[in-house]
Amino acid sequence: MNNYPFDPDDMLKRSRRIRRELLADGTPRIHKKIAVLGGSTTHDIIRMMEIFLLRQGIEPEFYESEYAQYYEDAMFGNETLDSFAPDVIYIHTTYRNLKELPEMSMSREDVEALLGRTADRFAGMWEKLTERFRCPIIQNNFEYPAWRLEGNRDASDYRGRVRFVSRLNERFAAYADTHENFYLHDINYLAASYGLDAWLDDAFWSLYKYALAMKAIPLLAFSVSNIIKSIYGKNKKALVLDLDNTLWGGVIGDDGVDGIELGEETALGETYREFQSYLKEQKSIGVLLTVDSKNEETNALAGLRHPESVLRPEDFVDIRANWEPKSANFAAIAGDLNIGADSMVFVDDNPAEREIIRQQVPGAAVPEITENGAVDGPRPENYIRVLDHAGYFEVTTFSAEDAKKSEMYRANAERKRAQTSFADYGEYLKSLEMRAEIRPFEPVHYARITQLTNKSNQFNLTTKRFTEPEIARAAEDPETVTLYGRLEDRFGDNGIVSLIVGSEAMTVTDDEETLRKNGGRPAETGDRALLIDLWLMSCRVLKRDMEYAMMDALVAECSRRHIRQIFGYYYPTAKNAMVKDFYGRMGFTKLGEDGKGASQWKFTIPAVYTNQNRYIRVNR
Amino acid sequence: MTRDEIYDRLNEVFRDVFDDESITVNDRTTSADIDGWDSLEHINLIAAVEQEFGIHFAMGQIVTMKNVGEMANIIAEKLAARS
Repeated sequence: MNNYPFDPDDMLKRSRRIRRELLADGTPRIHKKIAVLGGSTTHDIIRMMEIFLLRQGIEPEFYESEYAQYYEDAMFGNETLDSFAPDVIYIHTTYRNLKELPEMSMSREDVEALLGRTADRFAGMWEKLTERFRCPIIQNNFEYPAWRLEGNRDASDYRGRVRFVSRLNERFAAYADTHENFYLHDINYLAASYGLDAWLDDAFWSLYKYALAMKAIPLLAFSVSNIIKSIYGKNKKALVLDLDNTLWGGVIGDDGVDGIELGEETALGETYREFQSYLKEQKSIGVLLTVDSKNEETNALAGLRHPESVLRPEDFVDIRANWEPKSANFAAIAGDLNIGADSMVFVDDNPAEREIIRQQVPGAAVPEITENGAVDGPRPENYIRVLDHAGYFEVTTFSAEDAKKSEMYRANAERKRAQTSFADYGEYLKSLEMRAEIRPFEPVHYARITQLTNKSNQFNLTTKRFTEPEIARAAEDPETVTLYGRLEDRFGDNGIVSLIVGSEAMTVTDDEETLRKNGGRPAETGDRALLIDLWLMSCRVLKRDMEYAMMDALVAECSRRHIRQIFGYYYPTAKNAMVKDFYGRMGFTKLGEDGKGASQWKFTIPAVYTNQNRYIRVNR
Repeated sequence: MTRDEIYDRLNEVFRDVFDDESITVNDRTTSADIDGWDSLEHINLIAAVEQEFGIHFAMGQIVTMKNVGEMANIIAEKLAARS
């Protein structure tokens, strides 16, 4: 619901249905009366404001002034407005409402007087409204004019209308700066950000007296509703941040702290650094920063101690780096900080992770910082824009306490760190509609398979590296079992994400009976076994049941070959602690472990093996 | 695009804009026939039609269309001119 960016065309078209559905969704909302005093048509502005406010937890009721009657309503009032008794007043005026503008024939004094008159006319309105209603007032400033008589000099000549608008806006700003309960709505910035030529649509003015293009109306309405929700304490409080490919480029568990992209040396590294600087500044307005990352905690901290990292571990009030589902960590962070999930914004480059938060954590804000199904990787250059324009932390008041908020929460969180149980992860997995292809290695995939054996570090039991000819040899050897797993879900193709390579071996026995019969030598039993040389998986698909799907496929392949025993090996490295007990979770029995932590495991295929994967449809 | 296809898509737009799945428009449909089709919703409708067909009406056309048939004529002309 609270997602950003939104689709303005769709909102305009389907607003009736969206409104009906929002009103029926059972969300508790506060009721607020909003008077919109317009200097141009406001019908669709109100229609859009209603939707945004409903999404932000406010059920609005509107008063709409008669066409362009903003000044009359404010100065002289009317019975309807009086009895409406607004909680908030929004004055929607624009450049179109500046009836008197500087002319080339005017003297400096003339223009000065005109500026004073214009500013006073508005200030008079604000005073009257405050006196009568004692409620917050939101006032547009002015967008720049559509054309410039003098060209660039319009911005410097005392008669230039660009300069006139700038000076008038400064007067409005000074008033806002010195008056409580008065909020400037910066349409000058909005129009610039949108593109002034696109914002000003003369056809819509001539036809319907709209002071801006139809398609820009949702943006304007969103911006006003952000001020309103902020006034009523509905701002977000915390950012919940992913690490890999969100705060830096690359996967720290695989690439190592020296391998991530962060810093001035590369364009991508610089972009991530700028994003970190942006986030660090959020702290100064009281936004809490937290981490929700699938990583070993030591790796997460190493990344945040990277020499080029603007954000340091101490900038965060809570760091959750582990292999739990992100939604479980999200809930745990909410508990630690004692804030509602609906006060938190989840920032992650991975659309599947965003989806789990959307499904598991009602009310959480989940901006689309990357496009769904983007094939060319994350686009960190967009992160700031998406977060900034979403208005999550719209400031309407600012206190000294806001600046210190992070420290406060950090202390609280340390105390309260508690386990939070997770309810319905299975539903999420089901909703992903996962499909896997699990097959022996095929020539077309050799390159990718080779790359994967050389890149994967975390979910990698033996960390055995292969060259492409070695992969080909394994694939062609009839006594070697090879399996690759490719996973797709409704967000797209994850590609080949898991590999298994195993060698067939004869089993021998050395029991007394055999030794005696065989002249003291052990003998082959005739049973065959599989020794697993390689088992790896990309961490992107952790906790999706893919490891079980691979296990099931392995068992099936072994059964086909009349192999009844599977031996697995874990060789510890600096990075693969997460799979230390992997074989145990897969149902293997531990045979032994040496002093360095290397362990051997055995799985005997039962007469009736039940598949362990529950959520992935597998094609062989 | 055939006239039937244009009407299929127009029906979808009308249903979306007026949130009424029962709407079916034809050449003679006018604003009097559809609940909520006033001058203000006309703006919204025009914007949605423009988006659906990827076209832009001229100002004169927006105010002179008398019924859905005329709207469909203009859409057909614009689509034909483009192909």
